[in-house]
Amino acid sequence: MAEVKSSGTEAEATTQPRAVAKPKTGLQRFLAQYGLSYGFMLPYMIFFFAFLIIPVGVAIWLSFTYFNMLEPPRVIGWSNYRLLFLEDDIFVLSIRNTLFFAFITGPVSLSASFLLAWFINQIRVRTLYALAFYAPSLTSAIAMAVVWRIVFSGDRYGYMNYFFMRMGFIQEPFLWLIDQRTMLPVIMFVMLWMSMGNNFLVFLAGLQTVNTELYEAGKVDGIAHPLQEMWYITLPSMKPQMLFGVINAVVLMFSAGFEISLSLAGLPSPLYAAHMILSHLYDYAFIRFEMGYAAAIAVILFIITFGIGQGALRLLSSKDE
Amino acid sequence: MIIRVGKFKMTSGEFTTIAALTILAAFMSLPLIFVVSHALKPIDELFLFPPRFIVRNPTLRNFQDLLIATYSLNVPFIRYIFNSVFVAFCTVVGGVLLASLAAYPLAKHNFPGRHVIFIVVISALMFTPQVTAIPRYLVVYQLGIIDTYFALVLPGLAIPYALFLMKQFMEQIPAALIESAKIDGATEWTVFWRVVMPLVTPAWATLVIIIFVGTWNDIWAPLVFTRTESMRTLPIALQTLISQGSVARQGAYAAATFIMITPPVVLFTLVQRRVIATMAHSGIKA
Repeated sequence: MAEVKSSGTEAEATTQPRAVAKPKTGLQRFLAQYGLSYGFMLPYMIFFFAFLIIPVGVAIWLSFTYFNMLEPPRVIGWSNYRLLFLEDDIFVLSIRNTLFFAFITGPVSLSASFLLAWFINQIRVRTLYALAFYAPSLTSAIAMAVVWRIVFSGDRYGYMNYFFMRMGFIQEPFLWLIDQRTMLPVIMFVMLWMSMGNNFLVFLAGLQTVNTELYEAGKVDGIAHPLQEMWYITLPSMKPQMLFGVINAVVLMFSAGFEISLSLAGLPSPLYAAHMILSHLYDYAFIRFEMGYAAAIAVILFIITFGIGQGALRLLSSKDE
Repeated sequence: MIIRVGKFKMTSGEFTTIAALTILAAFMSLPLIFVVSHALKPIDELFLFPPRFIVRNPTLRNFQDLLIATYSLNVPFIRYIFNSVFVAFCTVVGGVLLASLAAYPLAKHNFPGRHVIFIVVISALMFTPQVTAIPRYLVVYQLGIIDTYFALVLPGLAIPYALFLMKQFMEQIPAALIESAKIDGATEWTVFWRVVMPLVTPAWATLVIIIFVGTWNDIWAPLVFTRTESMRTLPIALQTLISQGSVARQGAYAAATFIMITPPVVLFTLVQRRVIATMAHSGIKA
């Protein structure tokens, strides 16, 4: 509401120094005080509203309907949600898989990307290393699936099998992508390798903003080892970036595992051992065309992600205080 | 302990770090190595089983095949490249600009609704894009911009991720620095451009890379929002090329992957200097 009212253009708003005119009404006083802040946000908010808020709103509404993309949506109340939790065993299984996946890969990916950024920041020749660590993010998951399928191939020519048989760990080729014990771990491994790029880059940027005087002060106070320096000075100084990294990792872990699962284990995966919440959503949205049901899955996924994101933030900020 | 490598001297700790990083870097860069090597493979090596990671008899034949294949397209190949570059450029400039503008008051001003807006932005980040795709299509359709460049750029401009990132970095700028600029007579607009943006250079440089890579590889928006062939982007063109031919096009496919990955790599090497170049933080004092 407030943004719409304060829709004076940026140029207008900025050329007026603050509080020049004597405000008369409450609205004018409000605008004189905060109009500029809203003005700065207005361009973003217009696009944000049109292409994100409206679609999300419609999607939430769709979750209470039956919608097969041919006929107009028909409102059916809570029925989708009831079905999801009471009758859809595979959905419950997919929640379990996703949580298991996220709670291991999330923290590992986050700490690994920070450590990598920190190490790179210590050395002088950085460009090539930075490129190498960002490389997996440059290629798409689908393109790289070609390579991973060869690495984890179930016959004796797969790199993994070849290596382990040569070393004498196994006698027979192992079906990495079909056996339900290894399917999820393999996907987690590929995910870790792929997911570090963006957070790595953000942390690398964040390391540049640490006040260098703090390091000197730390030396005076008796901080000797680089690891001590990292723990007591670098990490606390990078709190804004860490918070960003945590949210980013949570979002990524709850969504991105699916692409890898799809390209390596297929849909549905054998015995649903690699079935993610998003696999379930994809199944209903784009294979069965039950958009209302898929929207309900998205809402549940959103609630889980949001809850865990908030929990992680609270945990992180309470630790610091 | 000091280890000498040629002219360089380093401690054993440094040496171990660099050795470990090098091994890890080699592992992480496998996709790049594979893509380059794959693009140079002659046809017999492409189908070799078990596959060979590094090419033995490199050839440029695949690029020739790709070039010949592009003659079968109705639209000159350069048009796809133009579309891709143009859309990526507009999205990067617009996306970084909008996010930075919006992040500034969120990080540094105090106004009613600030907290709520931030929570809403974070929430939007968490909502599965697959489900919002259809409603988003309807919005684009209602605006009457289907099959135009607007449809390829506008929906991608408000990026919650970008706003969040910029806000986090801007929060680190000391309030005293902004205040002193204002006392010197700077308007908010000048403060934003002259004080805030230079100080968060690593942040927006990071965003330039991330947004470019995302837009460049995106196959969803051009597929859904465009209809005519002349509006399609490079990934779509390459995919159609590949799906037309069968086995014989494997070489062209490898070459196409190479072409797709080159601009992001070039951009990364150009921009990363701004991400990791330590800046003179004379102004920043906590």
